[in-house]
Amino acid sequence: MLDKGLTPKVMLDMYYHMALARAVDDRMWILNRQGRAPVVYTSNGHEAAQVGSAFALNRGEDWICPYYRDLALVLAYGMTAREVMLHLLGRAEDPNSGGRQMPAHWGHAERHILTSGSVVATQDAHAAGLALASKVLKDGRVSVAYFGEGSTSQGEFHEALNFAAVHKLPVIFFNENNGYAISVPSRKQMAVQDVAARASGYGMPGIIVDGNDPIKVYEVVKEAADRARRGEGPTLVEAKTYRFVPHSSDDDDRAYRSREEVAEAKKRDPLVMFEAYLRDQKILNDKKLKEMQQQIKDVVNDATDYAEKAALPDPSTLADYVYSS
Amino acid sequence: MAVLSYLEAIRETLRQELAHDSRIIIYGEDVGVRGGVFRVTEGLQKEFGEDRVIDSPLAEAAIVGTAIGAAINGLRPVPEIQFADFIFPAINQIVQEAARIRYRSNGTFGVPMVIRAPFGGGVHGALYHSQSVEAFFAHVPGLKVVVPGTPYDAKGLLASAIEDEDPVLYFEHKAAYRSLKGEVPDDRYLIPIGQADLKRQGKHLSIITYGLMVSYALKAAEELEKDGVSVEVLDLRTVRPLDVSAILQTAKKTGKVLIVHEDNLTGGVGGEISALISEHALFYLDAPIMRLAGPDVPAMPYSPPLEHAFMVTPEKIRDKARELAKF
Amino acid sequence: MATEVVTMPQLGESVTEGTINEWLKKVGDTVDKYESLLEVATDKVNAEVPAPVGGTIKKLLVDPGATVPIGTPICEIEVPGGVEESSASHSPLPTSQSAPLATEDHDRIEAPAPKVDAASAGERGRYSPAVRRLAEEHGINPGQVSGTGAGGRVTRDDILRASESETMIGAVSTSKAPASQSAGASLVVESIPAVIDEGDNVRPLSSVRKVIAERMVRSKQTVPHAWLMVEVDVTGLTELRNHMKRDFKEREGLSLTYLPFMMRAVVEGLRTVPEMNAQWNQDSIVLKKRINIGMAAATDRGLVVPVVKDADQKNVVGLAKATQDLVQRARSGRLTLDDLSGGTFTVDNTGAVGTVLTYPVINAPEAGIVTFESIVKRPAVVGNMIGIREMVNLCLSFDHRVVDGAEAGRFLQVIKKHLEAIGPDTSIY
Repeated sequence: MLDKGLTPKVMLDMYYHMALARAVDDRMWILNRQGRAPVVYTSNGHEAAQVGSAFALNRGEDWICPYYRDLALVLAYGMTAREVMLHLLGRAEDPNSGGRQMPAHWGHAERHILTSGSVVATQDAHAAGLALASKVLKDGRVSVAYFGEGSTSQGEFHEALNFAAVHKLPVIFFNENNGYAISVPSRKQMAVQDVAARASGYGMPGIIVDGNDPIKVYEVVKEAADRARRGEGPTLVEAKTYRFVPHSSDDDDRAYRSREEVAEAKKRDPLVMFEAYLRDQKILNDKKLKEMQQQIKDVVNDATDYAEKAALPDPSTLADYVYSS
Repeated sequence: MAVLSYLEAIRETLRQELAHDSRIIIYGEDVGVRGGVFRVTEGLQKEFGEDRVIDSPLAEAAIVGTAIGAAINGLRPVPEIQFADFIFPAINQIVQEAARIRYRSNGTFGVPMVIRAPFGGGVHGALYHSQSVEAFFAHVPGLKVVVPGTPYDAKGLLASAIEDEDPVLYFEHKAAYRSLKGEVPDDRYLIPIGQADLKRQGKHLSIITYGLMVSYALKAAEELEKDGVSVEVLDLRTVRPLDVSAILQTAKKTGKVLIVHEDNLTGGVGGEISALISEHALFYLDAPIMRLAGPDVPAMPYSPPLEHAFMVTPEKIRDKARELAKF
Repeated sequence: MATEVVTMPQLGESVTEGTINEWLKKVGDTVDKYESLLEVATDKVNAEVPAPVGGTIKKLLVDPGATVPIGTPICEIEVPGGVEESSASHSPLPTSQSAPLATEDHDRIEAPAPKVDAASAGERGRYSPAVRRLAEEHGINPGQVSGTGAGGRVTRDDILRASESETMIGAVSTSKAPASQSAGASLVVESIPAVIDEGDNVRPLSSVRKVIAERMVRSKQTVPHAWLMVEVDVTGLTELRNHMKRDFKEREGLSLTYLPFMMRAVVEGLRTVPEMNAQWNQDSIVLKKRINIGMAAATDRGLVVPVVKDADQKNVVGLAKATQDLVQRARSGRLTLDDLSGGTFTVDNTGAVGTVLTYPVINAPEAGIVTFESIVKRPAVVGNMIGIREMVNLCLSFDHRVVDGAEAGRFLQVIKKHLEAIGPDTSIY
């Protein structure tokens, strides 16, 4: 396992980002319930899939095309907790959108996090296009589209995978399959068991991975990225995972899934499992964990304070950036 | 300076631009080996290679969606939609993504790309090979919509569109491809997007139009000249952004305005132009602003008498202009 | 039998059209030569027009209320003993004597009526925004321009052509105004028609009302009005008048009002600033030699403006007599055509209706009109003290084509100075 480039230090860093994401997530919900943040989209439960995949990439160089579930992903990809909070609270300084987009519409040009809209699966084509440019420009970059299993019902999912496969583009289609598109279970979304099964229809490998195990995700994505860089074309990765909380702060998941089901899923909480693994490997101990938890607490408090004090956008900027000039 | 057809002017511009800027790629259905169903891209793949002139799968949303990604990652994609009528599967990518990306990212991302699409009727193309779709896009802030009316403008506007940092829709009229010919300088030149061109000076009334209708309006103007009616023809060249000052200038000059487009009447570009004139030039108007446009039927029918009844022709423009002149 | 066609007579010099007030005969009536046939109103006089021949009224061609140019046929009289006509032309008399003005004849000129349906008017009176703007800019009455557009519409180019043409009627020209169109009719068609609801009382226009309306519209449409006001301390004048009004009445047999003083001051102003005693004439300005001051006078029948001729030749007493005479004759309807013509400037004693500020309408083609507002007691600074003074406002509207604010201001200053110089000992003779 360690020969894949995962030193104890890197694994601790992975754990840190997973824990940070969970803490930021929790704080966002608190702000929402206090009436200070209008809406929150969560990555709670998806941390291993997102952080594991991010660590497999050349962060800041390869392109990621996230969707609204990807808080842990963007944190692992270099977005700071402050930047997340600025975005949540619609502040002028928000690097995602300057307060224009609703929360969880990620985008960070410097960090190569593609800006995202709300219509699902559009980013699949963007990722293929970014990869098309990489192929033409030979810049060695890999692009990764992140998406839920619900969005695989969209035509653009099909179009993008087909396009990428035909042109052997350096792109990874990374599905975070948590079993629900808001309330609609995956059996009503598709007649196949696995999203990955579709890959063969496009002529690319389809890999299923335990999305609650960051190391396994890391390995799979690492290999897909290597393939892409070798010019062997795209890979469809399906990370099986679970969302522990409702779709958003406006959702109530009790309407569509039982508490027992959620409790059962939580037994495989990626954060708990990874902590146990690191302890088992003697990489993490109580002291270190405590230090890390304190550090995370400080970061989250700082981010919240910073964002709450930050300036709101000036209404006079409403018409800025419609065009380049 | 060579005399080129409208189509040749576009092809030569693409050739010149591909040579001028290595970031430019062309792709779409049949654009490579076949050189496009209208032969606009003929010979370009041979000259510039399969990496730069690419036959893409038959999927418009993917064509535009990947062009967005490619543009963000450093290329200057010039995708072709085979017929403007087929652009609708890609409308989400164009309107929700390409047009909004700069705005939604607070200016940190941009999508420099040009979507070329043949449009317009009068070529027996029926409902799905005859449409004018510019008004859908002219409605969208963040997009630029260019509709050249002459070979000369086709070249200068296409070069500008490719240099532009924002997404541009470049609509080429199918009936103009081979019917319109004109002198086109060999050297590269740019015509600014958003600048109308006064194609003919006149004093009794103004025809404001764009695309194929420019040549039709000029024909009508020549005929009316014989009756002593002096017609001014303003070629918008760009329907978003509109050249408001040129529109108001000609409206104020003649006091009578006829707006002509092939796109259907209701919600067409003409309505916007009319509103601008009413708002800003009311006291110069000597007659109601008139519009001559495609009728409000879902699209252009196939059978010749039906097609002819739909099409805006030089004769229809002449008659409408005469009515306005007499007012 | 022969038919004599009666045309609209010219009632007074410079008169170009007449309005038929009333037909005194109806179809079928016999009329003697020289017997009054109809009453005509012009912008100068009202007059009964006698029949040029005797005979039977065959047709009345113009309805009461309609205004037609001089020379327009208005009536046909069948003259006995003339050439026999075919029996076919013997039309039976109207069966209903109570409705003599049947309207079947296509060549009749209909009286303008309040329009309920504007669309029925055709295009003549409907002006585009461009026409309205250009007409105003060039001081053109579009109703007097012949239209070349669809349905006779006056086009933008018609106005531009008219503005270039020398023969254009801009302001009401005194000597050579070729009125091509009925002014009364154009007045009505230009205006936005009234909304007539059930129960509203629609009162037909009297001829005087019509003339006033037409003149006001012409003045406001063709003369660029500008406006100034000065405040004048007339404490001295008030003292003088109070001091001598009883003696004056006894001696002269008439009341001493403020009006003659005002006129006297205006005469001084016009002498000093002759540009105010002038008229606009398209490509020139006519500086009038005589100073004839019109005075607006309200009568039962409406506003009239009799003129004090050669006002500069009269002292205050002379002016008092002249104004008194005109007012009395105006009220009794005995003004002559001469009384009403030749004015070069107008004074309006608006103080009589209690106002302190007025924006008077110029009596074109004159270049100005000044009002004399109510005299009111007001605190005012005199030297370094505050005192109770008799104050009056003078308001001047002037034709800005003829003079600028500088001359107009100077004109008012002369009047002010003259009025303020009057004291209890000033001679009025």
